[in-house]
Amino acid sequence: MSKRPTFILDDQEVPFEPGQTVLQAALAAGRYIPHLCYHPEFRPHGSCKVCTARVDGRMMAACTTPASPGINVESETEELNDLRRMLVQMLFAEGNHFCPSCEASGNCVLQALGYDLGVLTAGFRHMFPVRPVDASHPDILLDFNRCVLCELCVRASNEVDGKGVFALSGRGIDKHLVVNAESNQLADTDIALDDKAMEVCPVGVILKKRVGFAVPIGERRYDRAPISAQALADAPRSPEHKK
Amino acid sequence: MSNAALASWDNAGDEGRVLATLDRWRNDPTHLVQVLREVQEHLGWLPPPALSLVARKLVLPLAAVRGVAGFYAFLHTDPAGRYQVLFSDNITDRMQGSERLMESFCSQLWVEPGKVSEDGLVRVDRTSCTGLCDQGPGLLVNGWAIPGASPERLAVVRELILENRPLEDWPHELFEIADNVRRRHVLLGSDLRPGEAVRAALERAAAVGRELAANERSWREGIPGDSQGPLAVLREIELSGLRGRGGAGFTTGAKWSACRAAPAHTRYVVCNADEGEPGTFKDRVLLSSHADLLFDGMTVAAFCVGASEGLLYLRGEYRYLLESLEAVLERRRAAGLLGHNVLGRNGFDFDIRIHVGAGSYVCGEESALLESMEGRRGIPRNRPPYPVTAGYLGQPTIVNNVETLCAAALVAVHGGEWFRSMGTPRSSGTKILSVAGDCARPGLYEYPFGVTVAEVLADCGAERTLAVQVSGPSGHCIDAGEFDRRIAFEDLPTAGAFTIFDDSRDMFEVARNYVDFFVHESCGFCTPCRVGTSILQGIMAKIGRGRGSLHEIEEMTRLNQVLQMSAHCGLGHTACNPVVDTLKRFRPAFERRLQSLRFAPDFDLDGALAAARRATGRDDPGAYLEQET
Repeated sequence: MSKRPTFILDDQEVPFEPGQTVLQAALAAGRYIPHLCYHPEFRPHGSCKVCTARVDGRMMAACTTPASPGINVESETEELNDLRRMLVQMLFAEGNHFCPSCEASGNCVLQALGYDLGVLTAGFRHMFPVRPVDASHPDILLDFNRCVLCELCVRASNEVDGKGVFALSGRGIDKHLVVNAESNQLADTDIALDDKAMEVCPVGVILKKRVGFAVPIGERRYDRAPISAQALADAPRSPEHKK
Repeated sequence: MSNAALASWDNAGDEGRVLATLDRWRNDPTHLVQVLREVQEHLGWLPPPALSLVARKLVLPLAAVRGVAGFYAFLHTDPAGRYQVLFSDNITDRMQGSERLMESFCSQLWVEPGKVSEDGLVRVDRTSCTGLCDQGPGLLVNGWAIPGASPERLAVVRELILENRPLEDWPHELFEIADNVRRRHVLLGSDLRPGEAVRAALERAAAVGRELAANERSWREGIPGDSQGPLAVLREIELSGLRGRGGAGFTTGAKWSACRAAPAHTRYVVCNADEGEPGTFKDRVLLSSHADLLFDGMTVAAFCVGASEGLLYLRGEYRYLLESLEAVLERRRAAGLLGHNVLGRNGFDFDIRIHVGAGSYVCGEESALLESMEGRRGIPRNRPPYPVTAGYLGQPTIVNNVETLCAAALVAVHGGEWFRSMGTPRSSGTKILSVAGDCARPGLYEYPFGVTVAEVLADCGAERTLAVQVSGPSGHCIDAGEFDRRIAFEDLPTAGAFTIFDDSRDMFEVARNYVDFFVHESCGFCTPCRVGTSILQGIMAKIGRGRGSLHEIEEMTRLNQVLQMSAHCGLGHTACNPVVDTLKRFRPAFERRLQSLRFAPDFDLDGALAAARRATGRDDPGAYLEQET
């Protein structure tokens, strides 16, 4: 018998460690709640809202809601998956996403969420924003067209790399990524290929040049298994839950 | 970086000014917004060398500094012209003719809205409600408020700009703003002397009589219970039933008690003077004519919770009040009402600083306001923790609205029982309403809670009233069938805006103006609000062009659900309210614009062929697509 406190997720008990959020505890227990801006190595952010769940009757982002004993969390419901589908559609409408030509296809969290949640149409009218690509750096390409503003690169560069290469500027629908150089060109920053910020982009914004199709489309991460399975494989798990 | 922009940076002089500003704010990155605002006051905008210098001195990445500068509407990272003229764009400003005034102002100056004139002299644009709805249309010129824009007054402004006259030399009467108090009750009618509420609180505390010097220490160190004095005052606040006047209506006593009980190094009292809700202007009057009452309230709050520092977050639009408020604070310091050992009370140290905002409605949300005060983008925080346990700089903080703190000062003097004798069972005391729109006498009206909408309409001389927007766009729009409803937390809660529309008004345009407001003010942090408000704006525009259908109406209902369910803060939760309320009560205003009750494309296929017809000189029936009717 485990003495750890538990809460209820979709009618089943989930144990948690104090300090964990609902999403962290769920993933650690092998239970998937769809999410996008959350990454196991970073402090929860709560901006994409894809992990929205009903907690004791109130809508909350599961990634930032502290787990507490006895709370009742509903996640796998038609209502919530409908909501998640619309949020994903909104992100597709906001940027310029052309999956067939994207070198992140098959490795892209937004695309994988779309497949998993059954996003079959655009749903909302596309906004077609003008977002010029930054190809200034010899080894790295920034294609802002695909940015979903999850801030993972901002967090990675600040918290892990200690460089502050990325930040967000503007607000509302004009919010956008900027880089740390007077010229606002990536080539003039101190980014390096082995920076953490290089690996965390969930979509196809931060790309290494000349390696794009080393793994062919069809054999990539989310081509092999759906994101619901991959997310659980990534989650820090307690030994009792590891198979 | 264009050469022109670099040329405007004068190395010797400008660098010195930026350094002096940084020094005054002790090179502290938590004061970034203040630094940027002041640098811009000197330089007119934030040129790249200034941003680089600020980043270097504050040891912040330049990108982060740009991120903050890019967040606030009143900070410019591009040359903004020597004169920036912003027309207030609230619906009441529009009802008072702001659009036509702006159009003719622009054409007389030969400028396009939003673009700096070619000689770099002037830029004309719109801004969110400036809090001058009772004497609109409002203007901001380089951040300074001008009420009552008219063709005559704008002609004066134009001449002054063309003569390149510095703002200090402009005629004083342009900037005179009236209080317009129409109905006084206990608060607007208060004639307390400066410090009277603080004195009353200290006396109340002394009357408890069981205090020892040692207790002072435990009170200061945040061990509640030992010190009966402040508790006696807190008990009166609790007894009064006072609830926050900012709209949410949280019980003030509970908030203060929680802050007092939280373990702390330092505690803070924050006054939220960021009234950005379109249609409110009561704080403007309280700040200009009742500042001592407000500072009394903050000091009483500090005494109750054991805070040593107070911060007033003044909205950027009220920048013109800064010097007079600083003067009041200075007088209070001289009178011993602030500083070390307030009014001679041993260990009671309290002082107040002013932070000036830089144009962001979201910063009215308490946690976004704290972020802004800490020098960051004004994004509402994830909660918990709440500010009462982890607020400003991570310390326990109470954030209260201007009117709430003024009311608290009255409670300190007259007691909780007295306060509770006014209003309704669940809404004690009085409420100040900012009445504007279609009525004979716009201005401030203070009533005990429970007053009906109809009574207010009668008092202010409103006729043929079609609708009243209570508490601004994030509140409720009601029609004539509901004018017997009461202003109170148990019926119609309000932060104070009371905007009246008579039967000549088009409620679709009202809703559309409010939607545009939310799009402009969304912070963009969360997906549903950032994208959803923008989609909503697109739909309203499509209906406005006469190309809507029932599909669009359903889409807006769906968006409302998404925002209600998943938005990060109140702005997103309420962003669809104006549309939903208007649809419910004034559906014909929408339906008469719909092209069809089925789906209608936004794109006019046949219209797109017009250019081809012209080019080929064809006008025969075969050159036209069959139009569905």
